Amino acid sequence: MATTRKTTMTRTPLLSVQHLTMRFGGLLAIDNLSFDAYKGDITALIGPNGAGKTTVFNCITGFYKPTEGRIGFAHETDAYDKIDALTASANRSDIHGSALYLLERMPDFEISRDAKVARTFQNIRLFGGMTVLENLMVAQHAPLMTASSFTFGGLFGLKKYQDGHSHAMELAKFWLNKVGLTERADDPAADLPYGDQRRLEIARAMCTEPKLLCLDEPAAGLNGKESAELNELLLFIGKEHGTSVLLIEHDMNVVMGISDHIAVLDYGKKIADASPEEIRNDPKVIAAYLGVDEDEVEEAVKTPVKKKAAKSKGAKK
Amino acid sequence: MGAFICLTAISANYLLSFGERILEYFVQQLINGLTLGSIYGLIAIGYTMVYGIIGMINFAHGDIFMVGSFISLILIVALGLTAAAGMWTIIFVLLFVLVVSMVLTATWGWAVERIAYRPLRGSFRLAPLITAIGMSIVLQNFVQISQGARNKSIQPLVTGGHDVMVNAETGFSAYLSNIQILIMTVTVVLMFGFTFLINKTSLGRSQRACEQDTKMASLLGVNVDRTISLTFIMGAALASVAGVMFLLYYGVVDFYIGFLAGVKAFTAAVLGGIGSLPGAMLGGLLIGLIETFWSGYFSVEYKDVAAFSILAIVLIFMPSGLLGKPEVEKV
Repeated sequence: MATTRKTTMTRTPLLSVQHLTMRFGGLLAIDNLSFDAYKGDITALIGPNGAGKTTVFNCITGFYKPTEGRIGFAHETDAYDKIDALTASANRSDIHGSALYLLERMPDFEISRDAKVARTFQNIRLFGGMTVLENLMVAQHAPLMTASSFTFGGLFGLKKYQDGHSHAMELAKFWLNKVGLTERADDPAADLPYGDQRRLEIARAMCTEPKLLCLDEPAAGLNGKESAELNELLLFIGKEHGTSVLLIEHDMNVVMGISDHIAVLDYGKKIADASPEEIRNDPKVIAAYLGVDEDEVEEAVKTPVKKKAAKSKGAKK
Repeated sequence: MGAFICLTAISANYLLSFGERILEYFVQQLINGLTLGSIYGLIAIGYTMVYGIIGMINFAHGDIFMVGSFISLILIVALGLTAAAGMWTIIFVLLFVLVVSMVLTATWGWAVERIAYRPLRGSFRLAPLITAIGMSIVLQNFVQISQGARNKSIQPLVTGGHDVMVNAETGFSAYLSNIQILIMTVTVVLMFGFTFLINKTSLGRSQRACEQDTKMASLLGVNVDRTISLTFIMGAALASVAGVMFLLYYGVVDFYIGFLAGVKAFTAAVLGGIGSLPGAMLGGLLIGLIETFWSGYFSVEYKDVAAFSILAIVLIFMPSGLLGKPEVEKV
């Protein structure tokens, strides 16, 4: 019971990475990493190149099976009470009552479909030959298949399917509108300019109706204006829409401007885990970054957070 | 090259002079070619879909077609269906045979994927290709042992037809038989249904998504294994339709028909652009037409040579086939 009180008094983690270790042969990519991402937060994962950030993402989304450690994911506030019992059992999830999942045990499509974790990649991976709208509809494949009773019901035009279909269309339209691509709904995704493709990827991930959205360098290759728009979009997703965000990013404007909480990785180890203010003054973090992106760190240290956020908001208008 | 152009000129001339003399003969070859092409096209779709989604050539697909043919043969014989039965009886029984054969053949297709290909997914590219050849041999030998190596035949069930064109001078007429009408109609209906399934349903959408990026599709909640299974099931079902049509058209099957039909259908898929569904159908029709026209105007013995030569020529000038999209690698 003591633990219950503690979790309800402090904040509830949505994602809890515990003692995660990932080895590739002799290479130790992640070394005993633990961190939490909280509900309603934008959590950033930063670190120099090769620190193991993307590997963490790959473990969370089922690309890799971690060598050691567990990755808990809970939809309900008190679900973490059961994590030890779940780990001891052979099950991958406890969906009765409190939805609790052990992501490292689940195949990738179930992580998206059941646990509701979505992700984007460093390099854009849209379905280029399909239209923008179709890209968003693929993301809703699982609910649509249920609604259409595995296509058969859909072919006979059952009401359940029609409802499911119109719900899917509405969701797709909502996110199209949000990323400003409504006009281009019927164009092949590959024909969009780079910045639009980035935003379409985020819209597509959001169409899976995730509880946690994992973004791997969403600002890479974006210009100043586009990255300000991205900030706005991510703030909308995290703060208004209520989907928690886990973010890997090198662009310090984005990281410092929008995150609530930052975990810093270096050589697979966590070297800091705190608020943006504390991170920017943390000597260990600065040391890790020095020689890599000296100017950027100095700039980030000098500029206060609020001014940054204001600046990026100003750029949008 | 010069010799080739010369040959083409001569053959074109030959063809023209023939065509002028008997237009009816030409029409007859066209009808025969389209019928044969429909059967090839139905099989070719299975090749092209599987290639599109997992990038392997399912060499056992021709034998799945053969299995479908045998299943329908067994059903027809077991039900004791003959041409003596009334028209409606024949139609209903054939429809029943078609559906049962599709279901059973689809099960075979699913099982082959499950047993021989899925365990090898993620291993090197040649591994599933070699098991595919293995499965082809297994299926052939299984049917040979269980059904015997001799030809099996049935009496023609769908008889009759129509003269579509009669030449008053020579008395030669182009004849469109009912079975040919049946084959072409079934193929057209299936093609429309299938195109709808692929383009408009969530199932087809997920399949196209898997074709482009399997990993990303699974991260969006698409069960990739199930989608691949469904691809094999659909391909096998279409092949079994081709099998039923083949049996009704020629009236005779043996355990080895899958090999040549498979090679032809594969050629059709490559000709049309492997990975492209309309391409498979177009390729099938073209191979069918080339074969029949070559047999009709030149020599029956060299019809396969003609079909494969055309394939070689097309691939020289259009390496990704007629309707295939060239693979563009981004730098």
